[in-house]
Amino acid sequence: MTTRGEALRHVAVPAPDALPRLLAGVRDDRRPVSLAEHLDREGSPPVGRGGGAHAELIELVCASGLSGRGGGAFPTGQKLRAVAEQGRNPIVLVNGVEGELISSKDHVLLAQVPHLVLDGAAVAAAAIGAREAIVAIGAGLTRGYAAIETAIAEREHRRVDRVSFRLVRAPDRFVAGDETALVNFVDGGPAKPTFTPPRPYERGIRGIATLVQNVETVANLALLARFGPRWFRALGTAKEPGTVLVTLGGAVRRPGVYEIPLGLPLRELVVWAGGPSAPIRAYLIGGYFGTWVAAAEADALALLDSDLRTVGASLGARAIVALAETSCGIVETARVARYLADESAGQCGPCVRGLDAVATALAQLATGKQSQPRLQRWLENVSGRGACRHPDGAAHFIASALHVFADEAAQHAAGSCSGSDGPVLTVARKRRRVE
Amino acid sequence: MKLRVNPILCDGYGHCAELLPELVELDEWGYPIMPREPVSRSLEPAVRHAVKMCPRLALSLEKRAR
Ligand SMILES: Cc1cc2nc3c(=O)[nH]c(=O)nc-3n(C[C@H](O)[C@H](O)[C@H](O)COP(=O)(O)O)c2cc1C
Ligand code: SF4
Ligand code: SF4
Repeated sequence: MTTRGEALRHVAVPAPDALPRLLAGVRDDRRPVSLAEHLDREGSPPVGRGGGAHAELIELVCASGLSGRGGGAFPTGQKLRAVAEQGRNPIVLVNGVEGELISSKDHVLLAQVPHLVLDGAAVAAAAIGAREAIVAIGAGLTRGYAAIETAIAEREHRRVDRVSFRLVRAPDRFVAGDETALVNFVDGGPAKPTFTPPRPYERGIRGIATLVQNVETVANLALLARFGPRWFRALGTAKEPGTVLVTLGGAVRRPGVYEIPLGLPLRELVVWAGGPSAPIRAYLIGGYFGTWVAAAEADALALLDSDLRTVGASLGARAIVALAETSCGIVETARVARYLADESAGQCGPCVRGLDAVATALAQLATGKQSQPRLQRWLENVSGRGACRHPDGAAHFIASALHVFADEAAQHAAGSCSGSDGPVLTVARKRRRVE
Repeated sequence: MKLRVNPILCDGYGHCAELLPELVELDEWGYPIMPREPVSRSLEPAVRHAVKMCPRLALSLEKRAR
């Protein structure tokens, strides 16, 4: 497989333990890396214009142990295989919605190394024999959208790819990033989830089998296809190999997007970020579907699902926020609970009514009005009752707050609050920024 | 076999809970809570009947849980 009309450009394989990998090309001035600059650094795209499905690429991804970076951590090789088995001409859909307000990692990739994302989409397409790849980008990620638009034009001009790219601007809503909602939207419907089955891998866009893969997942495919599974596995652990992008915010000196090897101790990541900017009470790990973990417990943890599981957490969307002692976890959680209730797609009774009731109860607790004895039961009752996992994620997040901030909750019920800081967890689109 | 409800279609009037009091409970807003366990053979006919009677065609009896 060669790039038509050009000599293949080879580059030396980077040292397997060198960091960063995905962010290696990022420029100091944060301008998007051009096609020429990208090829100089990474070498020729790992797939050219040859047709058909390439089973060997699927084998390579399976051997690497790469799992989805969109929050679900599903084995990518297995998903590629499932789509390829559905028949001819499937579609690739790159999920760049990044609905998670406290995550910027997909936007960093889109805006700064757009060709890595497109290379990866081309690899995914070649693996399953797709001729069409759609990149859906959240409406608020304007720099990312512009960079991908330019990058697609550069590639079309140079006839780099066999697959044809289409760019879609997706609504900036939390639930729009669910794969069934995104497929629904690309098909001309509302960006709301649909009942499953069928899953997109069986029947997606225009009824055709669709591979939905997160931006960071496909960026990994671009490197994996070039440097191979052994290289990929040199960082991370045997069960959870590779690197991941983490968006770290809150009470650290240098908040931002960090590329870490899986298994890095949380304590170490905080050191990378210049250390805490104030004494820390707790960490939110995994975004707004994530888990609050008390600082004392979190300090000993490795950033790895197998380790986080011991405290009921997971890496999820890999957004982490350090909450200072001077902030109140109940007040923070109540604000996000209301946001998540309002972000319900409004389709399923238990999600609409349940999350609204939960958010109202938390607001009452946060303002010291009263505690709601039915809150715990509502939390248990919303999980698994919607068409998508939005209520499950929200309930898990809120339940972890009631556990970790139990003392604070009791204090609130008695009419006082130990927090003195302003809001930490954002619920407004506008405040999002690219690191 | 597992009884499932499509919560997008379900209107929450609770007809299924009347037909299957031993399996389906309603939450405080009237939406049905499906049993966690597979439907036993002896209850299968009653469940099939309820699936047919749901005015929104929101119920289904599925071979395996996904
Ligand atoms: C409510 C909800 C929101 C989601 N938002 C996103 C998102 O913004 N970006 C994303 O990549 N995945 C999101 N997901 C996960 C996707 O459904 C899907 O699993 C993912 O895009 C698959 O890609 P991966 O296997 O590469 O991770 C969301 C899931 C749910 C339930
Ligand atoms: S569970 Fe909630 S967010 Fe998901 S589809 Fe139903 S109403 Fe929408
Ligand atoms: S009978 Fe159908 S529509 Fe009515 S509550 Fe039961 S599942 Fe919902």
